[in-house]
Amino acid sequence: MIELQGVWRTYPVGEGVVHALRDVSLTIAPGEHVALIGPSGSGKSTLLHILGCLDRPSQGRYCFEGRDVVALPEAERSLLRRTRIGFVFQFFHLLPRLTAQGNVELPMLFGGVPREERKARAAQALASVGLLPRAGHRPDQLSGGERQRVAIARAVVMNPAVVLADEPTGNLDRASAQDVMGVLEAMNRQGLTLVVVTHDPLLAARAKRVVHLADGVLADAPAGEA
Amino acid sequence: MAFLDLLGFAVGALRGHRLRTALSVAGVAIGITAVLALTALGEGARRYIVDEFATLGSNLVIILPGKVETTGGVPFGGVTHDLTLEDHAALARLGRLRCAAPIAVATETLRFRDLGRSAPILGTTADYQEIRRLRLAAGSFLPSGDPERSGTEIVLGTKVAQELFRGENPLGQVVRVGPDRFRVVGVLAPRGLSMLGFDLDEAAFIPVRTAMRLFNRTSLFRIVAEVRIFAEMDQAKAEVLTLLKNRHRAEDVTVYTQDAMLASFSAILRVLTLSLAGIASVSLVVAGVGIMNVMLVSVTERRAEIGLLKALGAPAPRILLAFLAEAVILAALGGAAGLAAGGAGVGLLALAYPDFPVAIPLWAVGAAVTLSFLVGVGFGVWPARRATQLDPIAALARR
Ligand SMILES: Nc1ncnc2c1ncn2[C@@H]1O[C@H](COP(=O)(O)OP(=O)(O)O)[C@@H](O)[C@H]1O
Ligand SMILES: [Mg+2]
Repeated sequence: MIELQGVWRTYPVGEGVVHALRDVSLTIAPGEHVALIGPSGSGKSTLLHILGCLDRPSQGRYCFEGRDVVALPEAERSLLRRTRIGFVFQFFHLLPRLTAQGNVELPMLFGGVPREERKARAAQALASVGLLPRAGHRPDQLSGGERQRVAIARAVVMNPAVVLADEPTGNLDRASAQDVMGVLEAMNRQGLTLVVVTHDPLLAARAKRVVHLADGVLADAPAGEA
Repeated sequence: MAFLDLLGFAVGALRGHRLRTALSVAGVAIGITAVLALTALGEGARRYIVDEFATLGSNLVIILPGKVETTGGVPFGGVTHDLTLEDHAALARLGRLRCAAPIAVATETLRFRDLGRSAPILGTTADYQEIRRLRLAAGSFLPSGDPERSGTEIVLGTKVAQELFRGENPLGQVVRVGPDRFRVVGVLAPRGLSMLGFDLDEAAFIPVRTAMRLFNRTSLFRIVAEVRIFAEMDQAKAEVLTLLKNRHRAEDVTVYTQDAMLASFSAILRVLTLSLAGIASVSLVVAGVGIMNVMLVSVTERRAEIGLLKALGAPAPRILLAFLAEAVILAALGGAAGLAAGGAGVGLLALAYPDFPVAIPLWAVGAAVTLSFLVGVGFGVWPARRATQLDPIAALARR
């Protein structure tokens, strides 16, 4: 379902270039749970952005669900992000003026989903992260773990094929991190493909597959070895 | 449906940032108010000056018998025809002239009981009042009607009335001029020097036919006429000349417009109009910069929001539409508030200074409303448009 082949990502910096990714090839099957680990600056976010159609490789091929998406026009890639890919960020990125319900409705609002359906689906998504009672609360009335769960509800509300999470627990205490990972793993068990970037070896160990990045070079590592 | 949802999102964003919304609305409103107030003041000044000049008689054409050679020397050959009441009647029919008044003049002694006073006496018609914008302290001016009519009414200048009647009411009294007896029908309000060189306060007015007989004249002293449209001054002058040339079969009259004064009058008007335009454009620019700043800050502050919307796969045109809706709402609220404030301010000014003719010119309202929309929408959407073209990763990145 995800197929990267010989992907490079370079950033021009001053006179020279920075190689954020070097010749990365990676295949992820539907329903997999992949943990992406590596030191800071090794290219984890860069790789996730490319997988999420937020960024394009400088060189190489990327097929998503059998389609080469590198050359797709922006409108098509935006449609993919809206319908097939869910993104979870380290800093939640919830709109502070909207309630949890409103934040979860956001992708549907801009996707043109009718009001009634929006409400029902948002409630369902909030229920799946255990936050239905908090639907009317604004982000500043929620704890960090709850905010991240709202963000997860927003990521899955459009029924994507894959959820990409970039250090989703990086800002959370251990207990909240457990909650958040628990929610994601439960969704994975129901068939959602999951790619999680993490610093935490313990969290990574919970994944069936761990992929290791160092200085932009990718190595499959057996679970537990990180 | 989808548009209503976006509108709801926009309203939510405006309500969610009350301070910023209030600032934006105030920015637009202050700009619009400034434009309206300044142009109303400028327009008031312009009208005030135009009115002043109008009472001085800026649209006058004055016709004198005899050709004045500006090149010097005496009129060359030919007879000078009289300027007659028939000439006046013909001129009065010209379409470009609003009205024309004949004038015969002589200095005579006015007598009331045993008091006498020498004064210039003008034989003229009712039209003279309108042309000179004469106001009466009491009674009325000469009756309108056929200039050929020999009436015995007299209207006195304010000083003449004071000196002859010494506090008595002149109306209805009989005044003698030589052998003739006149009945006082009106007294002028104080006025001062006219541009023809008479002190109107010291003059008296009688019907023109009577005056010509009394003064034993065959020719009028002058005809003064008022041109309907200031811009048609030159055409009117040419028409008058042609008409009289045809009637007299000679060029034997001088037509005189108050050229020097008119020239400076136009110059003043032009400067006024220019400075009005200047004032308006300065206030437009000030208003525009104010609106622009608030809008730019607002959108820049929300780069992260736009980045998030992009990352969530919101189509760029819909993001733009939401921002457009916001900008339009802001501009409309600000525009309405500004129009109300400007209108109220100018209304108050008009109440406080009833003599100063302040008024908001219609074009200023149009310009102000157009401005609030152009700037509001332009500076709301232009940065939003740039933001939607932004890389969502960069927009979301923590700075
Ligand atoms: N916009 C950019 N311009 C220049 N260099 C960048 C940019 N984004 C990332 N990099 C560089 O690419 C490398 C990988 O970054 P990133 O993917 O964010 O690392 P990680 O997420 O693993 O910490 C780093 O060396 C970083 O400095
Ligand atoms: Mg990172």
